[in-house]
Amino acid sequence: MKITREEILHLAKLSNFKLEENEIESLGSDLENIIGYISQLNELDTEGVEPTYQVFEMENVWREDEIKKQEATREELLALTSESVQDQIKVPKVL
Amino acid sequence: MKIADKTTSAVSLVKEALEKAKKYENKNIFVFLNEENALKRAKEIDEKIARGEEVGRLAGVPYALKDNFLSKEGRTTASAHILEPFEAPINSTTVKKLENEGAIMIGRANLDAFAHGSSTENSYFGPTKNAKDDERVAGGSSGGSAVSVALDIVQFATGTDTGGSIRQPASFNGIYGFKPTYGTISRYGVVAMASSTDCIGFFTKSTEDMDLLMEICSGQDENDLTTLPDYYIKSEVKKVQKIGIIKDFDNEKVAPEIRNALKNKVELLKSKGYEIVDLEMPALKYALAVYYIVVPAEVASNLSRYDGIRYGFRSEEAKNLDEIFAKSRGEGFMSENKRRIMIGNFVLSSGFYDAYYLKAQKARTKIIEEYNNAFSKVDFILTPVSPNPAFKLGEKVNDPVSMYLEDVMSVPINLAGVPSLTVPAGKTEEGLPLGLQLVGPRRSDKTLLSFANELKEESDV
Repeated sequence: MKITREEILHLAKLSNFKLEENEIESLGSDLENIIGYISQLNELDTEGVEPTYQVFEMENVWREDEIKKQEATREELLALTSESVQDQIKVPKVL
Repeated sequence: MKIADKTTSAVSLVKEALEKAKKYENKNIFVFLNEENALKRAKEIDEKIARGEEVGRLAGVPYALKDNFLSKEGRTTASAHILEPFEAPINSTTVKKLENEGAIMIGRANLDAFAHGSSTENSYFGPTKNAKDDERVAGGSSGGSAVSVALDIVQFATGTDTGGSIRQPASFNGIYGFKPTYGTISRYGVVAMASSTDCIGFFTKSTEDMDLLMEICSGQDENDLTTLPDYYIKSEVKKVQKIGIIKDFDNEKVAPEIRNALKNKVELLKSKGYEIVDLEMPALKYALAVYYIVVPAEVASNLSRYDGIRYGFRSEEAKNLDEIFAKSRGEGFMSENKRRIMIGNFVLSSGFYDAYYLKAQKARTKIIEEYNNAFSKVDFILTPVSPNPAFKLGEKVNDPVSMYLEDVMSVPINLAGVPSLTVPAGKTEEGLPLGLQLVGPRRSDKTLLSFANELKEESDV
């Protein structure tokens, strides 16, 4: 399967990262090889087989809808961000 | 496990470990040495011992923490640039349990960034070198952890295994590495890679040490709803009679030394009266393709949280909000992280979802059925871990598919959620360690660790 430059840029956009010019080329050929490899799955007959998404054997775990005390404090969490003002995380203007 | 007591102080155990860690600095095992805190904790334990107080089953035992476990001591970077400044505000469940028993973290061990890799060469901090050979890889992604135990710097190390990241480096360095049944140990506070296959486990030099760590760290955790109800501590060791061998794994793509190691262990088992059964598991051939669809899809989702805003690295180049996301992620992820995220978004995108993602999840069902069928005939399965012993640094790092092929025999186990232990199995002529893996049905973990002693020979290490 050939992956075009536009497709690489589209996947980078879906992935929300900017690629450097040299990365676009090398990632393109890497992705072609990887997709080539995983496409061999087409050979396997999966007609009528149910998909499996998890292997932990449980249906659901119920609990009361209540706010639990968190281990980390507001101050500790805010200390992780690059910029905060008045107990809020600061980002550049959106509008 | 050598624990601190009235004759051996915790301080001496920790000092010795730190000295050894420094002696092997050239191996690039640790991304952080926890000198000050470790010594402080050791003193506290020694004081407790002097007062005759309870100190725990791991009192003063130095250990290495893979750097994707959250801990308040040092930064938790997952060896990734984008997490480089991250100081975790909580301890992971595993860290809490280990430290409640008196274990002391002396350093954080190197890994492939976000555990994406099979050699530790994808670390932002550079590769870790093999315990036996500076020109060869440590294996990965838990390379630092494996080498720290192999070189006797620490008595045990933590690891994570999403597709072989404990078992393959254990085999490359000649030690035990255990990936338990999915859900046995809480994943709370561990940097997520692929939530449906991520498992927490350990590296040790004996199965007895491994059992002790499992006794301590296994169990249901309300902070990880995928943990199974407690079973490990209640398990009894069962009688083992039949061992399966997967015929398809004995092919020319597997190095002759590894095929020989398997043959030798099969002979050993036969001589001890165990029955060897040949198994046909044709769907396993597709496990690697399934893995490199399912796991990137989960990676793309799990790594979307790194936004450059709430925590971690923020690009200084960014001028607006969109640029904060795109540039922080663009500069902060390694190439392999990007490859996996992009493959994940590819297999999940409309037009490809049915052909790749859904198809892979159906194939996963077939793989699980083959394991169920196999374990109706045998107690355990013995197979190679990887197709080759430790390879040279740089040999595969520029060829993602050849690096992925390293995982061909380790990933089926994660897709099925079954336990698997790497056991040492001798050396190559050059002295490189070899390992094999013993695979069991779900919840057979306790018996599996006990049975592994049947495979032990003096020539193994």
